[in-house]
Amino acid sequence: MLQANNVTFSIGHKRLIEDITVSFAPGKLHLIIGPNGAGKSTLIKVLARLLRPQDGSVQYEGVNVSDAREAELAKHRAVLSQAIEVAFPLTVREVVMMGRYPHFGGRPGPADEKIVDEVMSHFDVTEFSARDYQTLSGGERQRVNFARVLAQLWREDGGTRSENGSSTPCRYLFLDEPLTFLDIRHQIDFMKKVRAFANASDVVTVGVVHDLNLAARFADQIVLLNHGRFVAGGSPADVLSADLIRDAFGVEPSFVSTQHPGLHLIFE
Amino acid sequence: MLIALTVLTLLVLAASIRYGAIDFSVAQISRALASLFPGQPEPTLDQRIFLELRFPRAIMCLLVGASLGVGGTLMQALFRNPIVEPGLVGTSSGAAFGSALFFVLGGVLHIGTSLFALPVAACIGGVLSTYLVFLLARAKEDSRASIVMLLLTGLAVNALFMSAIGFLQYIARDPQARSITFWSLGTLSGASWKAVEIVSISTIAGALVALRYAKQLNALMIGEEEATYLGVNVNRLKWIILSVNVVIVAVATAFTGVISFVGLIVPHILRMIGGADNRYLIVASALTGATLLTLADLLARMVVRPAELPIGIVTSAVGVPVFIFLLRRRRYVF
Repeated sequence: MLQANNVTFSIGHKRLIEDITVSFAPGKLHLIIGPNGAGKSTLIKVLARLLRPQDGSVQYEGVNVSDAREAELAKHRAVLSQAIEVAFPLTVREVVMMGRYPHFGGRPGPADEKIVDEVMSHFDVTEFSARDYQTLSGGERQRVNFARVLAQLWREDGGTRSENGSSTPCRYLFLDEPLTFLDIRHQIDFMKKVRAFANASDVVTVGVVHDLNLAARFADQIVLLNHGRFVAGGSPADVLSADLIRDAFGVEPSFVSTQHPGLHLIFE
Repeated sequence: MLIALTVLTLLVLAASIRYGAIDFSVAQISRALASLFPGQPEPTLDQRIFLELRFPRAIMCLLVGASLGVGGTLMQALFRNPIVEPGLVGTSSGAAFGSALFFVLGGVLHIGTSLFALPVAACIGGVLSTYLVFLLARAKEDSRASIVMLLLTGLAVNALFMSAIGFLQYIARDPQARSITFWSLGTLSGASWKAVEIVSISTIAGALVALRYAKQLNALMIGEEEATYLGVNVNRLKWIILSVNVVIVAVATAFTGVISFVGLIVPHILRMIGGADNRYLIVASALTGATLLTLADLLARMVVRPAELPIGIVTSAVGVPVFIFLLRRRRYVF
């Protein structure tokens, strides 16, 4: 369980997010939506403890994370950002291996190598293994980074398998606008993989997406932010109402039905 | 790869101790080394030249080259920029300023008759100028110094110190001005065993600390935020790496003067050959820096012998064309 209590974060006098209280349960895919400047990325960064809120607290399983050591946190908290650049020529495999850096001291162990093999094949990037990351296209890069981020959270008994006992601590996956620069096929493919990983009972997944239709299709829970404040939270059907969308985004939505189940929006 | 580099370094070292203003044969070298042991005849003049000048100079050259190579690798990794030199954060220009000030004022104030007065002055200059860069680069809002800010402030402070050195040179009397010139171009002619001791401590300790943080520097390659997500305390890493760089570069510069281009070119060459993994790069850049600087020193001693050129002239004259050739030959992403 991930819990934010009355979280406020400001830069100078500008409050980017204000008094947000929200909780995220494991085993579900939570997506944050909102117009530009709503504070979505700020909230993700506060939840992931990159930023420390001036007011309020963030708790992982009831424990305040503000004092957690960076190296400890990285063992069960991973973040996927958009468009990662690597400053120097580095092989794709080494980039994915970075996901294991929090888990080994000097050199990667056999378990780390095995996990890297697994995630690379899971994301179809094995063929790029020896290639220089800088030579990949935007979509290929994002797949490699997703593999890296999941390598960080992967457990040896299989990353996507759900565990019944609550003895193991939760893992936290944050996605900060991961779909930017991906074409529609890769966006859907990517969301399916996120969806599958988020199903594990010990994984808390929180992401930011711009596309309301993707949010409607893949999210279990949606949080709507506007002007740095919490506006609404709940199932896609609850949050994606005509009134809330009109107020937050300033566009008039229409709901259409297709042969596929779920919400489908078009905008005037 | 690393074994080949080690062999190359040793070969170049062997050449470096053999050739120079006077050449020593292998037999002479072994007799000179043998004279160190008790019960052997007192060393002859030639043997003493070898033991007290040539040999420490060769070792010094290895150490300074290694320092500059590692410093370059560290700075480029930290700034995530392949065109950064170890002196970038003000270290070497500050050291040069410290020494220039010493040359001009030392005689007047009657300080610094000891062997180490110049290195100490240079070291203080290097550390102070680096600290100045930090102070100025620090953002108002939070205490963290951003990398871009550091880079630009470093450029500005370097320019400031270079103009200060120019001013000192202008007001200096002739022999002092020559000393400043010679020192700001770098020279290994002042090497002694005492200096070797000090530089070997800073070089080896610095390289070992750097190696401990190689993995974290790798993580930094994908960005500061991403490195944080991978468990790296980025602010702490910056301080440690910059401190290591300041110490190894300021100490090396303090004894030899400003030697340009080695720190820039060594990581470039190695990345083209073996990739950018810092665990490999730090060790390899120590070996390659040592090799290249020894070659440059050999050249500096050979071309106008029995006189010698300032080594900085050689490293720049040879380094620049090699550097441009490497850049043009390979597709190299900045």
